[in-house]
Amino acid sequence: MMNFTKNNVGWVVLVVVFLVLPHVFTQSFALSLMTQMGIAIIFALSYNMLLGQVGLLSFGHAVYYGLGAFFTAHLINWIAAGVIWFPITLVPIFGGLCGMFFGFIFGIVTTRRPGTPFAMISLGIAEMVAASALMFTAFFGGEAGIDTNRTAGGAMLGISYGPQIQVYYLVVAWCIVSIVGMYAITRTPLGRMANAVRDNPERAKFVGYNPTRVRWMTMTLAGFFAGLAGSLYIINYEIVTFETLGILESGRVVLMAFIGGIGHFWGPIIGAVLVTFLQSALSNYTEAWLLYFGLLFLVIIMFSPGGIAGLIAKHDPVMKAGLLKRLLPSYMIVSATGAVMLLGFISIIEMIYHVESAISGNDPMALFGVMINPSTLNPWLVILLMFAVGTALFVKATRRVGQVWDELGPDLQSKGVI
Amino acid sequence: MEFFLVTALNSLSYGLLLFMLSSGLTLIFSMMGVLNFAHASFYMLGAYAAYQVGLFTGFWPALFIAPILVGAIGAFVERYGLRTVHKFGHVAELLFTFGLAYVIEEVVHLIWGRAPVDYRVPGSLDFTIFTIFTTQYPAYRAFMMIISISMLISLYLILTRTRIGLIVQASLTHPEMVEALGHNVPRVFMFVFAGGAALAGLAGVLGGNLFITEPGMAFAVGTIIFVVVVFGGMGSLPGAFVASLLIGAIQTFSVALDYSFLNLLQSVGLEIYKDSTFYGLASITLSQLAPVLPYLLLVLMLIFRPSGLMGKRET
Repeated sequence: MMNFTKNNVGWVVLVVVFLVLPHVFTQSFALSLMTQMGIAIIFALSYNMLLGQVGLLSFGHAVYYGLGAFFTAHLINWIAAGVIWFPITLVPIFGGLCGMFFGFIFGIVTTRRPGTPFAMISLGIAEMVAASALMFTAFFGGEAGIDTNRTAGGAMLGISYGPQIQVYYLVVAWCIVSIVGMYAITRTPLGRMANAVRDNPERAKFVGYNPTRVRWMTMTLAGFFAGLAGSLYIINYEIVTFETLGILESGRVVLMAFIGGIGHFWGPIIGAVLVTFLQSALSNYTEAWLLYFGLLFLVIIMFSPGGIAGLIAKHDPVMKAGLLKRLLPSYMIVSATGAVMLLGFISIIEMIYHVESAISGNDPMALFGVMINPSTLNPWLVILLMFAVGTALFVKATRRVGQVWDELGPDLQSKGVI
Repeated sequence: MEFFLVTALNSLSYGLLLFMLSSGLTLIFSMMGVLNFAHASFYMLGAYAAYQVGLFTGFWPALFIAPILVGAIGAFVERYGLRTVHKFGHVAELLFTFGLAYVIEEVVHLIWGRAPVDYRVPGSLDFTIFTIFTTQYPAYRAFMMIISISMLISLYLILTRTRIGLIVQASLTHPEMVEALGHNVPRVFMFVFAGGAALAGLAGVLGGNLFITEPGMAFAVGTIIFVVVVFGGMGSLPGAFVASLLIGAIQTFSVALDYSFLNLLQSVGLEIYKDSTFYGLASITLSQLAPVLPYLLLVLMLIFRPSGLMGKRET
């Protein structure tokens, strides 16, 4: 996976995947889901420019995303009214510039101190902007928000943005441009200095760089890509409300970046895809999806702070040494026992939800295709037993994995891959 | 005058409630250097626990049982959650509490549903204690103030006058030295965390029936207590006290005042025409501005005096 960024193979694969996907999943549900994923990828990567690259933990990144969306909404309405002429295809640049402008403005006051003060001040600004959005109804449209019509500009070269597939390709195009752009930024002197400032601001200062300045510039750039994502958001949904720049949206991007892994450039891409998928897919099946989601987040923080990308990257040296097959048996046991545990756990949660809901509390329910009646004792006993046995075996299996890793250590060293 | 007195009393009781929350948060912050995002969730758990326990025992036993329950949950969270994450650094700890707040809210959905629960002021306290001019002042608010003040005095005495308080204070500033003297510092931390959670739980027991007990209550109060803690100076108890009363007063008074910049201009004889661009901006009343004010204060404070009102160190 490390080769992903080293060779150009990774990039080509990425583009091909983007282009082939709509031919594989042709349902309209899948298409709109993939469009959302593309937007989320840009947003999560722009967030990681702050958290991953320069070490600023922001709880208000949706401010730039939402403001980009609102300004774009007004621009599109102007285009529709014939006030100005501007191709819809290039509208995201405008949204990006708006996000950049606000990143620049808020960056002046927020970037002086990293760590907790930055986290708090970003939270304060987010709350302030969200509350103001409800006050200035002329611009933000109050509770109802602002709606637009993306086809307003008329068709150009046969592209009207009426069909969803055209919006998908627009998002894909901007997504690729943004990924390449943000990756390129990590390779510039600014990107390198951002890492230095994150790791040791004092030393960065000694080398002659102003850490505040580096943070500020990074934040301005991150604002650009967040605003760009916001623009695509309004083109996709054609409506934006104050919630888009609210705390919950900011929280969602924190989850995406962290679940994916902030230590690797491609981590947030995984996170954005996974979180968007879970959000849409899980919420169709269960009311408890936010709970699973929060628990997934906690588990990742507690046991794999590098996120999913960190887990994958950990296996790089093993793969190079060709020792992956020694890990596989223990991994298979972990997956099997983990599946039993998870099945038990999910069943417990779903049964509680079912019993608690007043409408269907006493009726039988379908659980993984099996009809059971949670108002009787037996299903509870079976499920609890399953969960208990699954957990016990899972804990044992994870210990075994730890042992195998320990045994691998000397071999990896002798092969010179770590 | 009547309006002023009643609002002042209300803001005092609200401010004391805020302090009960922010004192725990401040202690936890001084101890671990991490702002606990889930602190307001303990407040919510306190309200729900009091409601649930109260169904079986009535209000009075619940007043004692609910905070103890919440404190126990707090101890569990510190021991098996935060301590595991500690080695990954502050960002991971902060994000852990952030995720925990999410999960607690969802668990509350799971157990008690999304609608508010019927957690009421007990009948024995549901009367008018005194009348200011024409306004009847509810006894429950007075009761709330008495509990808060006595809680705060005992907290102060425990922290400054007892051996336990001595060890806690020493652990905040010199953990290694306290460890060298043979005390179990992690356990001290666990108890402080549990104590802070229990205080938040008590605030929930008292505030839950005065306001409303619903899954959104943690979120509503959570950001406000952050403002209080940062505004007062992180890690400073006196600062948190002043800030609690101040923010309580600002929130209570501004909601009730219907003045705008337009009124101010009119009182000095200036008039803005209705079709002016600034008319809309100037006619925003203080009560409309109320939700923004605390955050505005927070941002201004962080810009101009990052250590807060009475904080000794930079946040």
